[in-house]
Parts: sequence; structure tokens; C-alpha cells
Amino acid sequence: MSTDLFVRVNGESLLLDAAGALWWPEEQTLVFADLHFEKGSAYARRGQMLPPYDTRTTLKRMGSLIDRYAPARVIALGDSFHDRGGAERLDGHERECLARFGRSAEWIWIAGNHDPAPPSWLGGRICDALAIGGLVFRHEPLPKAGAGEIAGHLHPCKHVTRRGRTMRRRCFASDGARLVMPAFGAYAGGLDVRDWAFRTLFGAAFVSYVLGTRRVYAIAA
Amino acid sequence: MLAFADSPQPLLPARFERWFAARGWRPRAHQLALLEHAAKGESVLLVAPTGGGKTLAGFLPSLIELESQPARRRARLHTLYISPLKALAVDVSRNLETPVAEMGLAVRIETRTGDTPPSRRTRQRYTPPDILLTTPEQLALLIASRDAPRFFASLSAVVLDELHAYHNTKRGDLLALGLARLQAFAPGHRRVGLSATVADPAPLQRYLVPQRGSVQSLSALVRGAAGAVPEIAISASDAYVPWAGHLAVHAMGDVMNAVRGSQTALVFVNTRSQAERTFQHLWQLNEENLPIALHHGSLAPAQRRKVEAAMARGELRAVVCTSTLDLGIDWGAVDRVICIGAPKGAARLVQRIGRANHRLDEPSRALLVPANRFEVLECEAARDAVLAGELDGEDLRAGSLDVLAQHVMGIACAAPFDADALYTEVATAAPYRALSRKDFDDVVDFVATGGYALKRYDRYAKLRRTKEGLWRIAHPRLAQMYRLNVGVIIEEPMLDVRLQSKGRPAGAGGRVLGQLEEYFLEQLVPGDTFVFAGKVLAFRGIRETAAYVSPSHDTEAHIPSYMGGKFPLSTFLAARVREMLANPNTWGNLPMPVGEWLRIQEWRSLIPEAGQLLVETFPRGSREFLVCYPFEGRLAHQTLGMLLTRRLERLRLRPLGFSANEYALAIWGLRDMGGADMDRLFDEDMLGDDLDAWLADSALYKRTFRNCAIIAGLIQRRQPGAEKTGRQVTFSPDLIYDVLREHEPDHVLLRATYQDAAAGLLDIQRLAQMLARVKGRIVKKRLDRVSPLAVPALLEIAKEMVAGEAHEDLLHEAEEALVKEAMRVD
Repeated sequence: MSTDLFVRVNGESLLLDAAGALWWPEEQTLVFADLHFEKGSAYARRGQMLPPYDTRTTLKRMGSLIDRYAPARVIALGDSFHDRGGAERLDGHERECLARFGRSAEWIWIAGNHDPAPPSWLGGRICDALAIGGLVFRHEPLPKAGAGEIAGHLHPCKHVTRRGRTMRRRCFASDGARLVMPAFGAYAGGLDVRDWAFRTLFGAAFVSYVLGTRRVYAIAA
Repeated sequence: MLAFADSPQPLLPARFERWFAARGWRPRAHQLALLEHAAKGESVLLVAPTGGGKTLAGFLPSLIELESQPARRRARLHTLYISPLKALAVDVSRNLETPVAEMGLAVRIETRTGDTPPSRRTRQRYTPPDILLTTPEQLALLIASRDAPRFFASLSAVVLDELHAYHNTKRGDLLALGLARLQAFAPGHRRVGLSATVADPAPLQRYLVPQRGSVQSLSALVRGAAGAVPEIAISASDAYVPWAGHLAVHAMGDVMNAVRGSQTALVFVNTRSQAERTFQHLWQLNEENLPIALHHGSLAPAQRRKVEAAMARGELRAVVCTSTLDLGIDWGAVDRVICIGAPKGAARLVQRIGRANHRLDEPSRALLVPANRFEVLECEAARDAVLAGELDGEDLRAGSLDVLAQHVMGIACAAPFDADALYTEVATAAPYRALSRKDFDDVVDFVATGGYALKRYDRYAKLRRTKEGLWRIAHPRLAQMYRLNVGVIIEEPMLDVRLQSKGRPAGAGGRVLGQLEEYFLEQLVPGDTFVFAGKVLAFRGIRETAAYVSPSHDTEAHIPSYMGGKFPLSTFLAARVREMLANPNTWGNLPMPVGEWLRIQEWRSLIPEAGQLLVETFPRGSREFLVCYPFEGRLAHQTLGMLLTRRLERLRLRPLGFSANEYALAIWGLRDMGGADMDRLFDEDMLGDDLDAWLADSALYKRTFRNCAIIAGLIQRRQPGAEKTGRQVTFSPDLIYDVLREHEPDHVLLRATYQDAAAGLLDIQRLAQMLARVKGRIVKKRLDRVSPLAVPALLEIAKEMVAGEAHEDLLHEAEEALVKEAMRVD
């Protein structure tokens, strides 16, 4: 799509989709971070009955991207399930949907801190980190990682203030050497990019690629 | 003081009679009337102005009953007193101790608030005092405990103080549900409602007694003697009256002079930031260094207590304050009230004026300081209304479903309940009189499992059915969670504001000045200056739950946080302002610039009749404007602006934006909008699909949803073991809203949100009334340039933009800033 934004990370050309996913045309690879399936039911177990529609909403949004890009490979960048028991709480419809996705492309499940080992019935490959070309895919960014790291975990978001009004949107964060992806899950919260966690990764100079309704906006962090 | 009467009062025991006599008093008529009603066991509403011995009147029957009971039969709760303010409960307790001690009565009086230590709370539960003074939230907690039936079994009387201030709010709903439960525990108890002067006491009388069947029950009514007519001056000069703004900077000299001429003055303003600014301005003029203090809800409690104590000792000449000092607490020495900005309602004005001189027989003195031309009209209208003894009534809201959900959980925490019986009980509470069984059942279902069409959470249910068909809580942990989260006052997430010297690194230590809303602090960039706690401060950064600031030497700070008045102009006062505007004979009393303004308006455009809505259109610069003057308050105007711009867009008239103030709405665009059929444009059907489509994306609506979700218990502010602050919520209520709206647009929580928004932030009810009122009475006027009446509206900064796309524009601008920086070639 012409309105999406291309960036270079460690020399690789990547497309940032306004829906919050990353598309790597050269490798025909689609990347989602922090899907947090079944976050709603994880809270319901503890007495906060969040609407039980988060997984299907997330799946629906994934489905439209998979239809659009028809990827050969899909990488889920960790914390795909909100907690260990999450996968068991999926209903038939949701399992079927995931299975269908699994048949359409090669799936890589990166292990996260919420879901150290995604269940094997999901299919696809499970690993801690994955190197392809100039990039390394990992859930949690390492403070001293080399160039080319694509990570999630931090759920970056940005407060944008103009004319006295503030809004908060999810964003990608990158300094050109590495990139942190926004969380994709329907209920996934966010961490402001001014937080120290981003300083320790990038120093002071990096760019937030803020998700708008139809396009991505590059704004100085 | 009144002289002691010769005739003994049969209602008054000798000990009480002697006490009145010793002080040179005699009981007031309304105090005796209350004794008569109490003797018959009747509930009664006392409506009396401030300073009429109202509180003593409420307690006198209880004191007399307790005096006649043998002490050994006690250790039971006799009278429950509910106040909307913790501080007021403490204050009343202190004031009540005096007569009790002087008469030598063996009556135990205690308070129970959020500050009461746990050990005393436990003791109170086992050996209750005779009189317990508390708040609606604490009552909810008492009711939610297992031993509530025993605790309240002996209850004889409930005294509800300042009832007018909150009976028609969510706290009023919570209290009404609590009272319905007390009715079950102690069916014979009587209630006393204490209220300031209100236009229509019937809703309060209804609130006080259980409602059963189709006929509405009313409590008895006693009216206190009217106080002396207040002296109300309006500060408005013939030299200069501002066109717009809220700060009344031009009048600070007058305000300072009024302070100089007073013993102690209360300077009321409508918002916190206005309080800060006014305080700064007064100190710039305060050459004599008169002790002038600042008081508002965001200051650190220690700081507030210090001001209150200095006030009580009579050491202060003035306190600049917000509505935090509106109610109750007796300051004695205050001899003048100064109101900056428009009063917004006649009843509010009476209440504030009553803070001066807590003595009935002396007139209160007040100075009104309008900040702009429309406010001059509003102040004049309010003064006329107060002097004529006319006050604004209010529309009664139906009880909120989110509050009901909280109550249902509380009931279940105490003991398993029967749904039929609880429904019957809830419907005896006046706000829930018309509650449908379906709404009630949906609420119970919501509390149990979230109430979703997709039944996924049965195994996590918070309420389960017993074999007997009763609802009980599934786990004691849930009761603990309920107790941590009780209450209906939702505060914005706040951060501590810590003051550091410039040399130290941000983020370590520093004195706490108070708390500010997180959303305000988050929009600041290090180096930004703002005014808080009476100081100009420079923002340094946010670390965890604190914002760090250092002193600034700037005299002018940048405060972007003006949120407009908290209180919308009352419907009643708006009507009076419209009448005044429509009647040129009354303009003679107005300051010269204001009269001239209206006369030129009459000549250049027109002055609408009281029932009409004037719509002006004119070009200005490269833009076309449409300005209308409904006088319905900023909230209703904002909603109207949102809906009208959608319509104009559909008519291809290409509106670009709008701004709303208390009195008018201005819309601008690229094309002349005067050709539109105004009757069509302002048709009531805009409250259908247009409204619905807009709500889907409205930030105000999402905030309303968040508050309902918290009150209803969907989102818990506090978890056992974890500590508070809004930051602990690890999911965004906006995301929950989006998903719920997509999948279950008719969910009970979304219904509660709509109900809330209609009466609150979006003021849809009022907009609906206005649209009905002006139907067929819209006068359109095409002008070649801006009219005098339109100037204030045009001076307002555009705070709201046309919905939807505007957000993207802001992002676009932000991006351009970066591009400029990157592409510059110097």
C-alpha cells in the first residue's frame, strides 16, 4: 500500500503497516508482536470480567493482514498468549482460525515472558530467537544487542500533543539499527516511549512511527 | 440573639430547657417542629438557610430520646448521621460535643471515615456509639459486612446533612440504595433530611422515604425562617469590560480593595487553575502583605489543614478557594464572599453567599466579579433571582446502573440474597423507582459473570446460585476486593508533584506540593512552566508515580490546563439571561460598555426574543462563520457542535471546526452556511444516528465509559496487596470500550455509559430540551461581517475540532515539525 511507511533497519527494507504489523517484502515475512491472546479471560479468572472478545478481535485484524500480504512466513514475536493457560481457554472457533492461519504459511512462535512455551498443537516452530538475513527476531530487546534486532515486549506508545490536545497511540520505535514493535493484541496496553526503558536501548535519538487510522506518522521520540 | 421565651416548651425536657436558657436562647420554631415529627416517628425534610441552627435541629430529637434511655441498655447504634464530606462529619461531631458536654448527657458520639484507624472501626462494630457520623461510602461498607443486621437493628434515626448537594448524583444513588437496605434492618427508623434552600423540595422529600406502589410518597416538610436579604454587589466598571476570558484580571484591583475592607473574605473561583492564577494576581497587588491563602482539592492535605486551622483562628484576611469550601464547615469570622466568574446557578450563589456570616439575622455580603460581558448578564440575572427568592430546580436523573452493580456486589458480600426480594427493595429507593426488572437482572448477571452474550466466564463467576436459588459470592477474596474499591467518586489518575532545587538530578526526593492529573503532566515538556500551589514551577520530568518540578523565576507561566467551568449554567438562570437580553428596558442597569454592546448588536444584527434561537452567518478573513446563541452551557454546545458539523459536512458545506462557550456556538468553514434550512439543520433527529456515530469515537464518551466500568467493578482500581494509582491498570479502558461496542453494543455497561453521558459530560438531555424549545422559532440573519454578540465566541480558542479526521491532522503537523528540522540547510 502506498500510504504505508518503509524504514531501513540494519540495511533491510521493512514496511510498517498502520495496523501495527511489520512486513518484510524481500523475505515475504509478516511479523506480529505481543498478541496477548486470552488476556480478557486471564483477568476474568481474577474477578475482572473484561469482554471475552479480545482474541477474536485480534484474530480478525490478523486475518485481514494475512489476506492482504499473503505471507510465506509469519513470525509471532512472543507473548502471543497472555498467560500459560491461555491456549487452553481458546474456544473451537478461535482454534480453528489459528489452525487455518497455520496452514497458510510457515509459522514461527518466538517464546515470550508471558508464554515461555506456546503449546505444540499450535503447529509451526517454537524458538527463543531467530536470525534471518541482517535481522534477529527476539521477544525482549537486549540492552547490548547488535544491529538488526527486531523485538517486542515493551509495547511502545507515544503521547502526541498539539494545540493543547493530547492523544496516545501505539507506535514502532527505531534508531535505524534496531526496532521495537507495537503490541498487536486487542487489550495490550502501552508504555510511553519517554520511559527509561527506551533510553537504555536507543539513547536519546530515535524515531517513533505512530499508528494513525490509515497511515503511519514518523515523529521524533 | 433571641430572648428566652417565658412559656416552657412541653417538648423539651427540663435539662434541655435549662441549657437553652443558660445561653440566652430559645428553641427555634423549626427545631420544635422537628421534635414533633420525631415524636410521631415521621421522616421530615428541613429546608433552611445556612446559620439557622439546622444541624442541632437534626440531632435534638435523638439527644432527647437518648437522655431518657437508661445507659446500660445502650451500646447500640441509635442515630446515624451521613455527610457528603469527611471533614464536615468531623466538624459536626465537634460541634455536637459542646451541648452534650454542657448538658452533661451520657451520649457517645463517634465518627467513622476513611481516616478512622482499623482498631477503632473494629471496636465500633462490637460496641457501637449512640451516634455515628459517617459518609455514604462508609455506610456502604458497613452494610456489606456480615453483622450488618445486628449492627443496625436498634437504629432509630438517620440524619442526612446537606442533602441538596448530592441527592441527585451517583453518591446520592449509592446512599439511596444503602437507605433501602437500612429499611430492611430497622423498619421503624425515621429520617431527617437537612437541606439548604431549594426551589422544589418534593424530590428531596421523596428521596427520604421508601417508595412503594404507584403513588409517590413524600416525607413531611419543615421550612426554617428565611435569613436576612443578602447584600450583593456586582463589580463592573463603565470603563472596561472584557469581551472574553474567565480570569477577571481587569478587576483584581476591586477584589483586592474588597479584601482590604473585610475581616475575612472567601474568594470563590470555579476551577483549580483559576484559583492559582487569582492567588498570583492578588499577591502582586498585596502591598500590605495581608495574609491571603490558597485552598483547593489538589493541594497536599497537610497544606489544606494548615490553611483551615489558620482560618479557624481568624488569622487570615482572605482565602482563594474552589468548591472545596462550598459546603458546611463553619468558619465564623467570614464577613464577605467574593465570587469570581459567573455563578452558574442561583442556588449555588445562595450557597456561596451563605458562607459569609453564619448568622441568620445579619445580611451576608457578597461581591460578584464577572470576567466578561456575558458573565455580566449572568451575574445580573442571578442577583435578581436571589433577591426575588427564586432558585433553579434541577432535572432528576434516574439511578445509575453502574452504582446498582456496586451495591449488588456489596449486598452479596454481606449474605446470600434473593433476587426477587432485592429487586423489590431496590425499587423502594426513589432514584430506582422506575427500574425495570430486565435492567436489574442484567445488572445481577453483569456482576456474576460480566453479562456477555458469549457465556465464557461461568467458571469464573463472582456470584453463584445456591441450591435454594440465592446468590452468594464465590470467594471471600471478592469481598476484600469490593471493600478496597467501594465508592463512586472517580478521580483522574494523579501524580505527586515534588519540588526539587535545580541542581539535583530529576527523580530523587523533594517535598510533595500536592497532586495533579496525570494527563496534564504528561503533555508537558521539560522546561515548561505552570502555576501550582501558589508558585510558578518548571517541569523537569516524570519518574514512576511522581512529577519533578523546580522553582521558576518566570512571572508568567504557561497553563494549558484550563478546562472550562465545572458547573454548566443552570437552565433556570439561562432562561433569565435570555429574558434580560430580550428586554432592552433592563439594559439601563448594565455597565456602559455592556449596554452599548447590546445596542449595537440590535442595530447591526438583531436581539432574539426570549424563546427564539438566533443564528448568524457572516464571512471573516478567508472563512465563513455560523454562530448561534442557545445559552445552554458549554457541554451541551460542544455536543451540538459535534452533531451540527457532521450534518453540515453531509450537506457539503465543508465545516472546518467549531468552538463552544457557555452561551454560544461558533462553526467555521470555507463556504457560506447561511443557505442551509435551519429548521432542518437543528432538527431533533440529530440525536439519533448522528449522535450514535459520533459517540463511537468521542474521547469524552470513552472517559465516561471508564468511570462507569470502575464504579460497576469491571475495572478494579485497587487489588488486595497491590497499591493504588491509575497507573496500575494494565489495560486501557478505551480498548475495552472499542471491543465491547463492536461485539455487544447493547451491553448493560454501555447503557449505563449512555445514561451517564446524556446527563453529564455530553449534556444530551439539555440539548434535546433546547432543540424542542426552538423548533419553528429559529431566526436567521445573514451579515456582511462579525456581529458584536459573536465576538466572544470567536475569541475562544478552537478546543474541539471536527471529529475524526482532526486527530490525523495533529499527527500530520507533528510530523511536519520533524521534517522541517531534518531538511533545514543551515
